[in-house]
Amino acid sequence: MKNPPFNYHRPASVDEALALLTEHGDEAKVLAGGQSLLPIMALRLGRPEHVIDIGAIDELKSISVGGGITIGAMVRHAEAEKSAEVAEQTPLITAALPYVGHRAIRNRGTVVGSIAHADGAAEMPAVCLAIGATMHIASSTQTRQVAAADFFQGFFTTSIEANELLTAVHFPAQSTSAGSTVVEISRRHSDYAMCGLACMIDAPDGTIVSAALSFFGVASAAVRATEAEAALVGKAPNNETFAAAATIVSNTLAPDDDIHATAAYRRHIAGVLTRRGLAEATSQIGIRA
Amino acid sequence: MSLPSATTPAGETLAINVTVNGTLLSLNVEPRHSLADVIREDISLTGTHLGCEHGVCGACTILLDGEPSRACLMLGVQADGADVVTIEGLANNDGTMHPVQQAMYEAMSFQCAFCTPGFLMSTIALLRDNPSPSEVEIREGLSGNLCRCTGYQSIVDGVETAIRLIASNSAGIDPVGEPT
Repeated sequence: MKNPPFNYHRPASVDEALALLTEHGDEAKVLAGGQSLLPIMALRLGRPEHVIDIGAIDELKSISVGGGITIGAMVRHAEAEKSAEVAEQTPLITAALPYVGHRAIRNRGTVVGSIAHADGAAEMPAVCLAIGATMHIASSTQTRQVAAADFFQGFFTTSIEANELLTAVHFPAQSTSAGSTVVEISRRHSDYAMCGLACMIDAPDGTIVSAALSFFGVASAAVRATEAEAALVGKAPNNETFAAAATIVSNTLAPDDDIHATAAYRRHIAGVLTRRGLAEATSQIGIRA
Repeated sequence: MSLPSATTPAGETLAINVTVNGTLLSLNVEPRHSLADVIREDISLTGTHLGCEHGVCGACTILLDGEPSRACLMLGVQADGADVVTIEGLANNDGTMHPVQQAMYEAMSFQCAFCTPGFLMSTIALLRDNPSPSEVEIREGLSGNLCRCTGYQSIVDGVETAIRLIASNSAGIDPVGEPT
């Protein structure tokens, strides 16, 4: 339905945006691409008194390279999806982005906005956990950096305070001996996945030294399958190893039933995706964009 | 292009400049109004349809700076400085249809036509970036648009007809964008 009235602010700098957040904090929501906030407002799930549109802030619009990739708060999904730097530094992001919404959504929605929204069924929060992203958070009095593992705190909840803005997210470069991919099962392309996996496997010289299995669509927030990850380390990256990890995943994830899939089905496809994802990620080792 | 900072109290309007189908317009827009509302009510171009109004159905898809976007998932004020093409910007003023329109017409792609404007805008962007998509790529490219009449086969047929028409048409894929 139509949006309710709100006070609209369009700051032209981060400092202006932070001053507005200091003043209006609890009553305000930040508008970036709007692909999550505007449906929330249309459905009256949220009704902010103040909307702070950061779309005119040029300093938030860049992707920068340095020890990996730093994506500013106004970089749209489509831009990151096409970025050669992102593909080279962090191929897992490039693998994830085609699954994010539909094309029209990716043309407007922002990578950082999706992370701040913290939907447990969305790809980017799971990618942040898999890669070990660092959140750059600012208020008018301080800036701080928060690890992805501490940032996501549950159902649509993050450690961003009401007076703070998530200005950028830094993703460390993927190891040259690692491979990564995103696999998911949904009824229709770009629908929310019934279960999805962002995974990375680092196996120099034929032995797994680290693995990340980051699931989405199976809990109120993205979740790492830490037991299965630990079981992979020290093994050879082969189908037997992957099947053992898949069994652990199916036994340790605790998804709920909903209208789209039963918990038992989700546990089953989580195992299938574990085998599929690890095999695909392994095939990517040594291949860089 | 950089926009200046602005603050608009609830119920008041903000002055924006937006190019719609080739015409630069200066409008006073209430921030709560979606771009779709602005297009339909302030500019009286009712070809852009509103189905769900929360970003699911794709009926309101327009081209924003050349890229397909949901007009219901944007505030009108977010289009300040942008270039918008709506369904009305596709045909020539002499009535000659855009090749994608012509193809959908020939293939009888639609029944009730509510979803038509969104499908046409998405199809134009799809074929501009990939002039010969496979059927799977067509279905994936149009997955953000819902049709409750056809079951989609006739729409896929229309896109395939459009591929052939565009290949044999020197006019190309870009919307004419003539003032309406």
